[in-house]
Amino acid sequence: MALPSLAIPHRDAGDTNGVYAIEARDLNVYYGNFRAVKDINLKVHRRQITAFIGPSGCGKSTLLRAFNRMNELIPNARASGKVLFQGQNIYDPRVDPVEVRRRIGMVFQKPNPFPKSIYENVAWGARINGYLGNMDALVEQSLRRAALWDEVKDKLHQSGLSLSGGQQQRLCIARAIAVRPEIILMDEPASALDPIATLKIEELMRELSEEYTIIIVTHNMQQAARVSDFTAFLLMDEDRAGVLVEYGPTRQIFTRPKDKRTEDYITGRFG
Amino acid sequence: MSADIFNTRLDARKRAGMISHGLFMAATIVGIVALTALLYTVIVQSFGLVAVENRVDPATLAVNGVPLEELSKEQLIAILQANLSAGVIRRYESEQPFAERTRENVYALVLERVVQPRIVESWSLSDSLLRRAAIQAETAAKHPNAKLVFRSWLRPDFITKPQASVPDLAGVRTAILGSLWTILITLVVAFPIGVGAAIYLEEYARDTWLTRAIQTNITNLAGVPSIIYGMLGLAIFVRMLEPLTSGTLFGAADPTTANGRTILSAGLTLALLILPLLIINSQEAIRAVPRSLRQAAYGLGATQWQTIWHHVLPSALPGILTGNILAVSRAIGETAPLVVIGASTFIVIDPNGPFSKFTTLPIQIYQWTARPQPEFRHIAAAAIVVLLVMLLSLNAAAVLLRNRYTRRW
Repeated sequence: MALPSLAIPHRDAGDTNGVYAIEARDLNVYYGNFRAVKDINLKVHRRQITAFIGPSGCGKSTLLRAFNRMNELIPNARASGKVLFQGQNIYDPRVDPVEVRRRIGMVFQKPNPFPKSIYENVAWGARINGYLGNMDALVEQSLRRAALWDEVKDKLHQSGLSLSGGQQQRLCIARAIAVRPEIILMDEPASALDPIATLKIEELMRELSEEYTIIIVTHNMQQAARVSDFTAFLLMDEDRAGVLVEYGPTRQIFTRPKDKRTEDYITGRFG
Repeated sequence: MSADIFNTRLDARKRAGMISHGLFMAATIVGIVALTALLYTVIVQSFGLVAVENRVDPATLAVNGVPLEELSKEQLIAILQANLSAGVIRRYESEQPFAERTRENVYALVLERVVQPRIVESWSLSDSLLRRAAIQAETAAKHPNAKLVFRSWLRPDFITKPQASVPDLAGVRTAILGSLWTILITLVVAFPIGVGAAIYLEEYARDTWLTRAIQTNITNLAGVPSIIYGMLGLAIFVRMLEPLTSGTLFGAADPTTANGRTILSAGLTLALLILPLLIINSQEAIRAVPRSLRQAAYGLGATQWQTIWHHVLPSALPGILTGNILAVSRAIGETAPLVVIGASTFIVIDPNGPFSKFTTLPIQIYQWTARPQPEFRHIAAAAIVVLLVMLLSLNAAAVLLRNRYTRRW
């Protein structure tokens, strides 16, 4: 805390070289003495969708949260190793997690709009981060990008909680992109939604991937196959710690997995 | 699936449910009965017949056939001069010259000093209604000069008049004002500290043995008898911090006569008393704010303070306020600690600030119920009604404010 805060560069720099948005190096995450993910090395491609798949409890969500230091909100959680973002290790003690989380946004499993109006839901993040531009324009633009504008433009001042589950989740996406993040982490964003709402979210993710790097955790292998460009398969090892088994282009993972365990999982033989 | 692998015992399960249902209803009924009994006794004592005996019959004070009620101010002054000693007249003159007094004021003096109506006997409402004939006969036999009138002890005069040594003239204005001042100070001190401590303990403090010890202690302090807080208040606020609580530090009181037994000491003591309750209630409310809401805020790059201020507190506010209302209600009714720190039982001058000597409604009621004369029981009952009404209206106001300022989405 006494250390001066270290700004994260805005330009592509260092070894990420423009191709990779974020990179985990020897990343371990612990909850107390329990190691939840173990020795993860992973480079996430810029402006692509990367899916984390694996059986329950394999550490997918933990790994995802390690990318914007959300795990720190859990008491006793800690991480070792590095996560490089714009060439900067976000776990450097001089880096402020608040800055990290604005630049690397998050959408959660259960839609969690603020108990405020739709407008405020989108505007709040920008406002607390000191947004200087036109707020109305930002709200409209964010809602349009989240494919929600047409449905809510006449009721911007109604509660965000009055929307349907799918709309709420798109509102959460609009809220996330309103602070102009570079990466959006999505933790099973469609698992609480019906198939039609799920489809909408998936379409939206495809559109957003033109501008944003998206990392998604999913239980649904079809979803991973449908939307993602790259897939990482995680599995628990004998200590119940999550390890990265295989990582590659989605097409290759689903058609020609190199690892036997991956093949067993995607063909539904276990998990 | 065959039915015989289940022994559903549906009748027995239903019966168990019926029994619990009955027990819960009985518990509620016991509560209602107790409450009704309380209200009944209070109401029954607040109204009833009284036998009034005048020392001087007002009829004899009539001048030239004009009854006392219609005499002019000058005639009333003449009556006073005829009946009271010169010294007493001089004292009234020095309090406020008769020239400046209104006719009503002089008339009241005549009634008080010359006519001197005295209640010689009083009855409860139930007796007054059911045994009226017997009471009449009894009065005629025992007090031939007394007049039997129906008296509501709870009347506007009772609320607007200060304390007096005669039950007939005593009122609760000083006590009400004392209670309100004390509660105001309690609220101003306890609310920010209580909510602040709750926020700290819930949001900032790490889970160490120390915080756990503090937490346990707060919970236990909520159960400490209030008289202990009175001792604490006596030692700290009345004695140790006397220059502060008596107001001499601010030049608000004369150092030679001032002491720490003031409204400020009472307010601070009650604030200490309700703090544990307030902290626990606020913590519960803060803890009930869903984790997902905090995560959503942090996920947008909010600082901890922004998350707390914009999301956690607004969501917890209704709960915090409810807890606060409950705690303050308790403080309003507290008597024991105030007795210990030295609430005065006889105050005829309105308290006018934190450094005033004070009494409160519960103290007044306690003191009146301890008196042997039956009339004090009636005014104590009337004061209880006032206290209940005050408590209910303060609570209602707080609930309305809470509902108004917490927008539900």
